Amino acid sequence: MQELMKADKNTAIPMQSKKGYSKLKTNLKYIRENYFLYLLIAPALILTIVFKYVPMYGAIIAFKDFSTIKGILGSEWVGFANFTKFLSSPNFGTIFMSTLKLSFYGLILGFPVPIILALMLNQVRRAAIKKNIQLVLYAPNFISVVVIVGMLFIFLSPTGPINQIVTLLTGEPVSFLSDPDYFRTIYILSGIWQAAGWSSIIYVAALANVDPELHNAATIDGANILQRIIHIDLPTLKPLMAVTFILAAGGIMAIGFEKAYLMQTAMNLPTSEIIPTYVYKVGLQAGDYAYSAAVGLFNSVINVVMLIVVNYIVKKLNEGEGLY
Amino acid sequence: MNIKYTRMDRMILSLNSIFLFLAILIVLVPLVYVVLASFMDPTVLLNKGLSFKLKDWSLEGYKLILGNDAMIRGFINSILYSVGFAIVTVVVSLFAAYPLSVNGFVGKNLFMTLFIITMFFSGGLIPTYLVVKDLGMLNTAWAIILPGALNVWNIILARTYFKGIPFELHEAAKVDGASDLLIFFKIVLPLSKPIIFVLAMYAFVGQWNSYFDAMIYLEDPSLHPLQLVLRSILIQNSTDPGMISDQLAMAELKKLSEMIKYSSIVISSLPLIVMYPFFQKYFEKGVMVGSLK
Repeated sequence: MQELMKADKNTAIPMQSKKGYSKLKTNLKYIRENYFLYLLIAPALILTIVFKYVPMYGAIIAFKDFSTIKGILGSEWVGFANFTKFLSSPNFGTIFMSTLKLSFYGLILGFPVPIILALMLNQVRRAAIKKNIQLVLYAPNFISVVVIVGMLFIFLSPTGPINQIVTLLTGEPVSFLSDPDYFRTIYILSGIWQAAGWSSIIYVAALANVDPELHNAATIDGANILQRIIHIDLPTLKPLMAVTFILAAGGIMAIGFEKAYLMQTAMNLPTSEIIPTYVYKVGLQAGDYAYSAAVGLFNSVINVVMLIVVNYIVKKLNEGEGLY
Repeated sequence: MNIKYTRMDRMILSLNSIFLFLAILIVLVPLVYVVLASFMDPTVLLNKGLSFKLKDWSLEGYKLILGNDAMIRGFINSILYSVGFAIVTVVVSLFAAYPLSVNGFVGKNLFMTLFIITMFFSGGLIPTYLVVKDLGMLNTAWAIILPGALNVWNIILARTYFKGIPFELHEAAKVDGASDLLIFFKIVLPLSKPIIFVLAMYAFVGQWNSYFDAMIYLEDPSLHPLQLVLRSILIQNSTDPGMISDQLAMAELKKLSEMIKYSSIVISSLPLIVMYPFFQKYFEKGVMVGSLK
């Protein structure tokens, strides 16, 4: 009987809560009796605290004149000096706009592609064919970013296959990799090439759950495929699209460091230098920890603000359905 | 049932097939090109492009890559880091997920909140680096394995899976007097092979493909994983050709680096290429479970 009571707290509490039994006591008893559960969760808690919460505390160096000798606590407070240094630096405008444009165009161009792919895949009737198409379309997701950028360098180099064609047509190769004007296009298109198939999974699954009777009824009423997509498939995907869009827009400043850094050449910096690569360079390469932490914090704050704003807008447009 | 297609429908379906076919081509052509090019004589490739004459083919690129110490060491390092990372991630995630799936676990909300906050806020690159540095983990495998081992998404995934295990099993075991320890190791874990598999594969592939942590935490080249070795072959070589003044040496070097570029891509992707067709459906399942919660 004791064992059963322990198994379900909801039934256990009313039976045990005599006068004088405080909630704390019940909880302590629970912890004593189920200490093994707490042992299990301990490693995850320790890792979270050490590698997530301690750095959050460490982010206060953004407000300090940090020196490794004095440590985080010993260093002197300088208020917002590190932030104003960034905001007033001549690079600020360019870096900020590069970050924003790269993410914004990436979101606008990249967002619809998985949805269109899913709608197209949904029209493939034979399951075996559909499976094989998916197998191919998902594959690029598993290629490492180093290999992706390496392939871009191979294909787009002045003597690479694409320039061989370009030279044949116009007589002159285009310097895709060093020209700042091409950076964003290459970054975004290669991103779509890699991720669109994989991102379509959730949409494909949502479409597979549509009641076939809906489609049958619509067909009998004389609706063609296009009309059924517009009136049945798209409304099905709408809530999912809203959530995906909010999450993507919320991460707009959290754009990946890894690919942009690899794609940087000395020539294309005007468009390829974004806040995360800048944080890395001034922080770890130049060793200006406090300044770099301030730039990183600035970026995170913009992110949170974006998430809240976009969620608000989508909620307004989507009849009160947002992320939260 | 048999659907009768109108002329309009048939047109749309044909267009759909054409577009899907194009999508497949767009994905496959660059990949196939790299594989074919890895077997080509680089001089022919540079001057004429792909050729299907047998005399233009060569295994030189593979010989060079397999005889390259940095590449071999990188391969071994990558296997060690990826396996180590996968083991730590899976153990930590499963251990944390089980209590969170138990009904009436005191502190569940507190722990969950602690985990979820980290999905939205982070200390940032520099503060995290300083922690790793202060712990003396720079230039050790721990810097690669520990900081990223806790992935909240993995915990949610495993918890969702555990919740799907019929509760009667726990009940029956409890009545029989089994402890939490026994229930977890004898009942829950043996039923959890699919989720263990999914988490391990995600962790392995993620670590295999990443270079960033290794770049900031490992200075010693002998510790570098494959992706960093690849980076120096594929990317750093081609960005600054101005370094070599001697024309002939440069041509020779260019030929050499061209030769190993393609074969290094193929070799480094080999483990994933071999695994991919078998594991694709598990990965897909992982995405689905994760998106439900």
